Amino acid sequence: MSLADPTPAGRFGEFGGLFVPETLVPACQELEGAFRDAWSDDTFRAELDQLLRDYAGRPSPVTECRRLSEELGCRLLLKREDLNHTGSHKINNVLGQALLARRMGKTRLVAETGAGQHGVATATAAALLGLECVVYMGEVDMRRQELNVFRMRLLGAEVRSATSGSRTLKDAINEAMRDWVATVETTHYCLGSVMGPHPYPWLVRELQTVIGREARRQCAERLGGDGLPDVVTACVGGGSNAIGIFSGFARTRVELVGVEPAGGAAIGRGVPGVVHGMKSYLMQDEWGQVLEAHSVSAGLDYPGVGPEHSHLAAAGLARYEQVTDAEVIEAFQVLSRTEGIIPALEPAHAIAWVLRAAPQLQGATVLVNLSGRGDKDVAQMMDLLG
Amino acid sequence: MNDLGALEPALRAKRDAGRKLLVPYVTGGLGPDWVDVVRAVADAGADAIEIGIPFSDPVMDGPVIQLASERALAAGTTPASILGSLRVCDAGVPLAVMTYYNICFHMGHERFAASLRDSGVAAAILPDLPLEEVGDWAAVADAVGIETVMLAAPTAPDERLPRICARARGFVYAVGLLGVTGERGELAATATEIAGRLKAVTDKPVLVGVGVSNAEQAVEACAVADGVVIGSALVRRLLDGVGPSGAFEFVAGIRRALDEA
Ligand SMILES: Cc1ncc(COP(=O)(O)O)c(C=O)c1O
Repeated sequence: MSLADPTPAGRFGEFGGLFVPETLVPACQELEGAFRDAWSDDTFRAELDQLLRDYAGRPSPVTECRRLSEELGCRLLLKREDLNHTGSHKINNVLGQALLARRMGKTRLVAETGAGQHGVATATAAALLGLECVVYMGEVDMRRQELNVFRMRLLGAEVRSATSGSRTLKDAINEAMRDWVATVETTHYCLGSVMGPHPYPWLVRELQTVIGREARRQCAERLGGDGLPDVVTACVGGGSNAIGIFSGFARTRVELVGVEPAGGAAIGRGVPGVVHGMKSYLMQDEWGQVLEAHSVSAGLDYPGVGPEHSHLAAAGLARYEQVTDAEVIEAFQVLSRTEGIIPALEPAHAIAWVLRAAPQLQGATVLVNLSGRGDKDVAQMMDLLG
Repeated sequence: MNDLGALEPALRAKRDAGRKLLVPYVTGGLGPDWVDVVRAVADAGADAIEIGIPFSDPVMDGPVIQLASERALAAGTTPASILGSLRVCDAGVPLAVMTYYNICFHMGHERFAASLRDSGVAAAILPDLPLEEVGDWAAVADAVGIETVMLAAPTAPDERLPRICARARGFVYAVGLLGVTGERGELAATATEIAGRLKAVTDKPVLVGVGVSNAEQAVEACAVADGVVIGSALVRRLLDGVGPSGAFEFVAGIRRALDEA
């Protein structure tokens, strides 16, 4: 009922691995051991569960979209990760990694962020546990997600701009890795998605499976028959919210659909490549230079994808679709107007796919992972909509 | 086309003759005269030369080599254009390319290895391909006689170093500090430490690179190491426009210091 673990070499099928500078190999190996140890330690699990409940506000509810369902002709359910503390699913991962960092004796966290949600979550966890925190963010993203930059600073984190390349998420990851190469003895790299070198894709997945576990139970309680929706869908940047909810429905009859932005569709438009420590689908030119992604959503503006998604796609275990910025902007408004829920631009991708696929989804039950709330995007939408 | 044989025998012979090894790094495609720069540093007394094939996301590199890579890429540099130039460069010393693994992976191991060999390149340095992942590439490289230089970092536990050295061909690249490429005011204490740890477990040439910034630091590192790689300090000068003659002067100065030490 769950997703398969990676091989000892960190492979999901042919994807994944440990493609990092030699300096970081021991740290990745130490992290793997520490996580394996913590994850089977009841005290660690209990402390994390308590934080997820009392601090982050879990479990997150599942909401039935009555008006939109009627309009579309399918039954639409939302897993409400937007209601978590800090406003997205990112907190699930970060609380686990921050506890792990403390357990390993690290005193400093570095993180990359695109939309700023992972940065805000990391800054929050660092404040909670008294850890130093530096967040790298692309210069372009600092402009379009200004509010989150201020939030991180309020929380006591230092935000450093990544000014090379596309000046978005990809470049923020480069800077975070360069920081980690220099500070690895005291610093934990708190990676924000199911990507990067082994063990991150596995570790972050495990920390996000709470979404799928809850959603599976909530569906069983609410739905008749076998208690399963027909389709589970989520947006895919690195792929952590998607893998989190997919994990609860793996090896069932449920169709799993990941939604990529058309301008950052690693699976849809890429070929296998190696960057940021992993082998995975990657948008690149004829020589293997990584291409810049272009998406209205800073959180999905990334030319790569987590290796397990590459494996799920290659093995036909999940399907990956693309939506355009225009469809996303429309979906953002539709959900706001019909359900009174302003989504983040990232999960608006999953909503956009449902709106487009509705004719094929007649009578079906569709569960969308609403990975975050739209407060951070309101200023950008004001500009976009004039 | 170069026909100099392998890198490791050349370096070993010079080391065994009492010479300290000097390997400058030049970003391929940086400026229209980059091939002249390669020849100039060879004439200045380089024992081998590292040629950077620029990559879009160089995570082991600091601002100087990042900027050089960006400029070279913006000028339309490709792996093929660099290898094509090296083929007719006739530097007179062994060449090693340094790039990131995706360039090699995307071209395909066999094609990449063959194109290095056809261009007279002796060795490859792939800083994001550690021991755990190097196997497939190394098998192909070994088969066509391309030497794969391995990096060893100060963070490596003792048991790891002999395994790295056993897999290394050409030389063992001792990463001098915790961090990315770039000049530093002083040689990090880790530079001679890691060189010493490596010298204790291998008789392959051990060269310290990353953070070796001038003649004085090169001499200091070579008190323990067999030689040094000089990257950012040279590339910064090239970015400043010193050209082949300035590169010659800088490398010749380090050569002199190493020979006199
Ligand atoms: C709300 C939200 N959803 C999704 C993502 C994309 O990340 P992932 O694909 O790892 O879930 C982000 C990233 O910033 C986000 O903020």
